[in-house]
Amino acid sequence: MQPITLHSFDGGIHPQENKQQSTQSPIAQLPLPAQLIVPVGQHIGAPADVIIAVGDLVLKGQVIAQPKGFVSAAIHAPTSGKVVSIEQRELPHSSGLNGTCVIIDADGQDQWLEEIANGSRAIADYLDVDNEVLVTRIRDCGITGMGGAGFPTSVKMAVEGKQIDSLIINAAECEPYITADDMLMRERALEAIRGIQILMKLTSADNCLIGIEDNKPEAIKAMEEALHKVHGEHHITVVTIPTKYPSGGEKQLIKILTGKEVPSGGIPSSIGIVCQNVGTCEAVYRAVAEGKPLISRITTITGESVEQPQNVEVLIGTPVKHLLDFAGFKQEKSLFQKLLGSFNSSNSSSSSESKPRIIMGGPMMGFTLSNDELPILKSSNCILAPSQKELPANDIASACIRCGLCTEACPADLLPQQLYWFSKSGELDKAEQHNIADCIECGACSYVCPSQIPLVQYYRHAKGAIKEEHATQQKSDRSRVRFEARQDRLDREVAEKDAKRQARAATAEKAQAAKKIAAAKAAEEAAKNGPTTEGASSTEEPGAPTAAAKPEPVDLEQLQKQLDAAQAGLKKSMDKVAEIKAAAEASSNQDGANEGSSNEEGSNDATEHLAVFEKAVANRRDKVKLLAVQIAEAKKSAPPVIKEVTREDIEKKLRAQQDRIDKTQQRFTLAQEQGAETLPALQKGLDKQMQKLKELEADLAQFDKAGV
Amino acid sequence: MAFVNITSPHAHGGNTTSRIMLLVILATVPGIIALTYFFGWGNLINIVLASVTALACEAIILKIRKRPASFFLKDNSALLTAVLLGIALPPFAPWWVTVVAVSFAMVFAKHLYGGLGNNPFNPAMVGYALVLISFPVQMTTTWATPFFLTPDTLIPGQALIAGQVMSFTDTISVIFSSSAGLTDAFSGATPLDTYKHLAKNETAVEILQGPLFANETSGGSASNWFAGGWEFVNIAFLIGGLALLALRIFTWHIPFSVLAALGTCSVLFGWDADLYVPWSLHIFTGATMLGAFFIATDPVTASTTPLGKIIYGAGIGILIFVIRTWGAYPDAVAFAVLLMNFAAPLIDTYTQPRTYGHDKAKRGMPTKPDDASNNSSKEG
Repeated sequence: MQPITLHSFDGGIHPQENKQQSTQSPIAQLPLPAQLIVPVGQHIGAPADVIIAVGDLVLKGQVIAQPKGFVSAAIHAPTSGKVVSIEQRELPHSSGLNGTCVIIDADGQDQWLEEIANGSRAIADYLDVDNEVLVTRIRDCGITGMGGAGFPTSVKMAVEGKQIDSLIINAAECEPYITADDMLMRERALEAIRGIQILMKLTSADNCLIGIEDNKPEAIKAMEEALHKVHGEHHITVVTIPTKYPSGGEKQLIKILTGKEVPSGGIPSSIGIVCQNVGTCEAVYRAVAEGKPLISRITTITGESVEQPQNVEVLIGTPVKHLLDFAGFKQEKSLFQKLLGSFNSSNSSSSSESKPRIIMGGPMMGFTLSNDELPILKSSNCILAPSQKELPANDIASACIRCGLCTEACPADLLPQQLYWFSKSGELDKAEQHNIADCIECGACSYVCPSQIPLVQYYRHAKGAIKEEHATQQKSDRSRVRFEARQDRLDREVAEKDAKRQARAATAEKAQAAKKIAAAKAAEEAAKNGPTTEGASSTEEPGAPTAAAKPEPVDLEQLQKQLDAAQAGLKKSMDKVAEIKAAAEASSNQDGANEGSSNEEGSNDATEHLAVFEKAVANRRDKVKLLAVQIAEAKKSAPPVIKEVTREDIEKKLRAQQDRIDKTQQRFTLAQEQGAETLPALQKGLDKQMQKLKELEADLAQFDKAGV
Repeated sequence: MAFVNITSPHAHGGNTTSRIMLLVILATVPGIIALTYFFGWGNLINIVLASVTALACEAIILKIRKRPASFFLKDNSALLTAVLLGIALPPFAPWWVTVVAVSFAMVFAKHLYGGLGNNPFNPAMVGYALVLISFPVQMTTTWATPFFLTPDTLIPGQALIAGQVMSFTDTISVIFSSSAGLTDAFSGATPLDTYKHLAKNETAVEILQGPLFANETSGGSASNWFAGGWEFVNIAFLIGGLALLALRIFTWHIPFSVLAALGTCSVLFGWDADLYVPWSLHIFTGATMLGAFFIATDPVTASTTPLGKIIYGAGIGILIFVIRTWGAYPDAVAFAVLLMNFAAPLIDTYTQPRTYGHDKAKRGMPTKPDDASNNSSKEG
């Protein structure tokens, strides 16, 4: 194995590490809490689907929510007990938004699911089984990234078709105070290494680099010793990297270990790298080799406000309060409160100042919790309860003096103070131009800012605003495309209609001309053959004789329909003409006021349109007249033959009506039995149907009388 | 239990603006000591006068602008401007010159642009340039002669006392009373000015034999001055500046590029010492070190990108040389800095660094939305 050349990223800071406080004692087991709050959306992607119901008894390790979609993760019961509620609760997230949580009352037995307890789910030969089996297992066990973001591990491992050179294990743990990974490596190095072997098999990576900051010598030693225990070729190397925040940032660690940069907006696998947190590797090993789902994790509880800073194995869903109590959290009284003593202050600001600050995560990127009822998640690596002195609340920000310390500290080579000015003044385009999207929100800039400006907060706001702007832009772009398409379609339809109408008019004219010629010929012939009055009149009313010649009963209905249609068309055309005329008048009035060439064009257009529509009106009026005449003729010549069929018709209707009544009656009796509220409505309906029946019977009787 | 809600990061390095300003002020102390040693009390009195004026102006205008005066006064920025002006102005400048320069700097150059952090031009240099243009006589004839060139005094009954700086009380009366005439004995042109004027008629060898440059005439001292004490003043400011660099108050870019550009220009042209001021005088006399380390590095008005800082500093260095050599003014730091202040925003626009994960740096103004979407699709 060739030695690893370390690279370096620009910027970075060296905040006080404060890690020794929580590494004095081994990882403790947290006593079982009385109640667990298990959110079903702890990961990036879709929240899982709850598959149990309130009142169900669940066993430890039992699936309580199934992954929904590809990017999702299963959620398991962290202990045995009873599901008492499935409700919306505040999630431990910087947004403070609510999410579905399964509330489980622990029964104190902590009883495993049978198949996990007896080891039947364990895959002993995990390096020989199919990758698919492993991925499915990782997915079923709900393994997600435990370093922070909580990305489903099975999704990250789905790298088929991509050449992966390096698997990078993030064990840098660069945030001050946090020691969860440190302690995990000290105590569970072998499990972590075996997990890494599984991940190497899945990604077919050529080599694996475990990046650990040099402030964790015990962890480095433990990992190296564990590596010696692994048999055969493994291509795994523990790499000691210099302590510098944020070397544990995925992009920064990749740069340190490989010298490569993840392209902006891209993911590591695009440069042949997959990155995983070391804690995740241990969880993967437990899932595969022991069949145990991710229901607990190691969390650091530290800060001056707790008596015993330490690392604790804690069940997912454990309320933070339980953890704080375990570590001996004492609420610090502010100086102000101490001075006031027992006096009750009405000053609200002083009471808010005295509220303690509880941070989930580290002091650089962690977020404050609004209350202590929030649960520990799969990604909660630290609960930090600092004293006021330890992490004083920020002073009032003073003016930016462009000192450029932030530029020196930025690990992404951004210009933080330019971004600040742009964010502050809402010049989002410039903020984008200055690559605000590449900001990893590590907080190094705020840390060094002498003016105590909450820079990251400005960037978060600007990023949100940019996202919103893009969404709005996209939406308006889409609607513009839609609108234009619709406009095109409408124009096309009008054009098509015009074309059809003109074609019809042309054929009609031709037909008429042909008929006239035929009539004239007939008249001539008639005149030749002998004097008849009929022939002379037929030239005036060409439709009438032909209509009369056709079979009557069918035609009459059709004619009536045609007439209706023609009349409707006529009305439409006339409306349109009136409209155009009005518009033309209006525009001509305007012409007088302002002589614009565009108006002239407009009125020209209008006149053209008017001509077209007036022609249409004329055509349609002719047609209506023609049809009216035809109908009149048809009625005159047609005897009332319709009634011959009605006897059967009426009988049919009568039977149908009776059927209907039967059904309604059935429903009515059913409703009566059940005492349903629909009873009056049914009664009414039934009455109506009966009346109709009577009417029909009367009709039949009348018909019979008439027939006889 | 409810907790307080604050966004990350929660840790802070503890640096403050007032600390930065204070450190810069402290770093001027070696230079001030050297100035006082060689040229007397004038600059110290100027500094005190300027500080009082600056704080008063700042307080008044903050009051008018309805800003919390105590909060802003504590940031030491007004004090720094005052100290720099007190150092830069001639030691025997009349009191009202200092007051005009400082009040103009505070009110017009700083607060009318929005106060600390928002001023495009270095306030101290705006004040300096104003009085330099407005009162050229007072600004050029009130420079001090180094103590070793002042006449020896004979106190009756005692031995001959070698040259001394003007006494404190005399200096006070010169500065504050227009009637008290400044004698030629204590005033004299700066080495830069002297050389430039003499170079019209004399050769380099002749000039350098003059009292300011070759100190043989001053008898008592064994040291070998070459620029009338100004070289020590400059070295003292250099030491202060290097201390600030070590404390990471600013980066090396600006001072280095100012000195490099000025040095390069003066070496290139200095081949003919009969016509041009030699490079050693450019670097070690006048306000060179003060300008390079204390004035050009004013972060508010300087360029902010790493490459931009180099361009900005080089521009100042070149302009200092150009104005000193061909301009009408004895020194040029103020104008050079102000001219580059104009350019700083433009320089910043075109010198963005390459961000992590990008193939190359994006530079220039933001492109139009259409272009931007095209670009991003190409990148994607």
